[in-house]
Amino acid sequence: MAGVEIRHLSKRFGQLYAVEDVDLSIREGEFLVLLGPSGCGKTTLLRMIAGLERPTSGEIDIGGERMDDAPPRARGIAMVFQSYALYPHRTVSRNISFPLEALGLPRAAIGEKVRWAAEMFGISPYLDRYPRQLSGGERQRVALCRALVRDPKVFLLDEPLANLDAKLRNTARDELKRFQRRIKTTTVYVTHDQVEAMGLGDRIAVMDRGKVRQIGTPQEVYEEPVDTFVATFVGQPPMNLIAARDPALPPGTLLGFRPEHFLPRDHFATGEPLQSLPFAVRRVEYLGSDRYVYGNIAAGATDDTTVIAKIPATIGRAIPEGETLEFAVPQRTLRYFDAATGARRS
Amino acid sequence: MTRRRRFADREDLLGIVMLAPALAYVLLLVGVPFVLAIVLSFSTASAGSLRFGWAGFANYAAILADPIFRGALINTAIVTIGSQVLVIVLATAAAQVFRAAFHGKRTARFVLLLPWAVPVSLAAIAWTWIFDSTFSVINWTLKVAGLLHGWLYWLGEPGLALTAIVIVQAWRIFPFATVILLAGLASLPQDVIEAAIVDGAGFSRRLFHVELPLLLPVVAVAVLFGVVYTATDLGVVYILTGGGPANTTHVLPTLAFQRGIQGADLGQGAAIAVFLLPFLIVVAIAMLRLARRTEIGGM
Repeated sequence: MAGVEIRHLSKRFGQLYAVEDVDLSIREGEFLVLLGPSGCGKTTLLRMIAGLERPTSGEIDIGGERMDDAPPRARGIAMVFQSYALYPHRTVSRNISFPLEALGLPRAAIGEKVRWAAEMFGISPYLDRYPRQLSGGERQRVALCRALVRDPKVFLLDEPLANLDAKLRNTARDELKRFQRRIKTTTVYVTHDQVEAMGLGDRIAVMDRGKVRQIGTPQEVYEEPVDTFVATFVGQPPMNLIAARDPALPPGTLLGFRPEHFLPRDHFATGEPLQSLPFAVRRVEYLGSDRYVYGNIAAGATDDTTVIAKIPATIGRAIPEGETLEFAVPQRTLRYFDAATGARRS
Repeated sequence: MTRRRRFADREDLLGIVMLAPALAYVLLLVGVPFVLAIVLSFSTASAGSLRFGWAGFANYAAILADPIFRGALINTAIVTIGSQVLVIVLATAAAQVFRAAFHGKRTARFVLLLPWAVPVSLAAIAWTWIFDSTFSVINWTLKVAGLLHGWLYWLGEPGLALTAIVIVQAWRIFPFATVILLAGLASLPQDVIEAAIVDGAGFSRRLFHVELPLLLPVVAVAVLFGVVYTATDLGVVYILTGGGPANTTHVLPTLAFQRGIQGADLGQGAAIAVFLLPFLIVVAIAMLRLARRTEIGGM
């Protein structure tokens, strides 16, 4: 087991930087999630760690050894692809044994290892089937199995849950996390799904346009976003950002607050320092466990940015559409950003 | 606006009318000669006469007893199998080369395809010069390189002549097979190849354990075309050796032509020509089944 050190890593395609000057230190045994919108460079970064893509510049160390020039097979990594990339002409057992055959292991050892891995993922009954005879979830397990048998120093997972249906995705996520905790192998996981990222990652690296914007625990990234990109990308619905009108604040300040903190004023306990905001309600969406209320901040009319309030089902009061209600945000949850640069102001 | 259906509205009639030319073409120019050949192979018909006598299997019995025919049958097998093996090996290698990005790739690909576009007869004439007993560039080149002592009479010795025929047939089919394989390689799922790379498979393991098995249906189609083209080809052997020396390099088409047209024994010529039909049908069915069996439904 070992960590991954990335220093000043860049990848340029023509004039475009897919990954630009990324520094990243992945600790031994850590589950790190690369999170970002499509085209942010997260997959390119993963492929460079795997050795499938050659960096334009920069260094990659895996387990303390310089690896950016080494071929993929020498890096001690295993990868799971979004499509699973199983070998369609080989049975499940021959899929799992493929990396071991490449290592030149004796046949008996291969058989034993395949059975052990299949047992671990509960796919023993399917060993003689072909990938086309398996369901999506079973294929995903075979792909994990094939990655596991190599005893890699680092697991690289490229959106391995993206092709599963929503229901299966939740169980698969839980299984994946338990599995990683058990084998304690350093894991780099790419996703654009922030729920997955929050649920799986020990730490999350949020990427945008080739750069890492923030690295931190899910809680840090959610509660203390370093800029407006992270603030709006992480969280569903995203953090509300409105122009601050408080004369005490420097001009060009954005006020940020999470939809779940933006609630009817009378809901808060007395004594809690609040920022009151008159909320002109436009539309209410009933979602069962929550209501999403869309509208804008009424006073001033300088700014008609849509603001969303997420009201849990535990607050039952009626919210009539078309009226302006007294809402508030606790002072401690307010975040301030520079409107020009997007950077956080403390 | 008339409410009556016009001719163009009547899809049933329109379909028949539009199919008719193609149907007539196939029936008259493929179907009739084909049936005629089978009928002739059971007859005593000869060129220059309209006499038509039933011969039963006499023609077949005669050719099977004929050592020249048996030689031609073996030659056909050697040329067909030999050239196709050569083609698959060369085309696989070439497809790997053309997969890589390099300067002048488009030009190279164009040049590669040229043999496919050259008429067989012209190409074969050029090859007779390459294999000429006096001027053979192969011999002179080998001689200058110090690899050849003595002299190779390419078209004059049975073994060498057959080798020459295999080379020319392979040269002719090779571009087509390369293009088919290239298309096949391009259609392989990229992440399966990358998975093999990450799984530690080197070039040859990737080629033999992943790419070629996945390409099997495509290879089967290429081989099927190659087999049919080569086994039924008259031009190359006719121009290169004319079946000689001493009838040792005949293949079935050249022998059929010699017997049936030049020798005027239409019955026997037809029997020779039709002889391969059942074999080719079996090969075609086997190849197509192989292609279907290995077809991969979903990943």
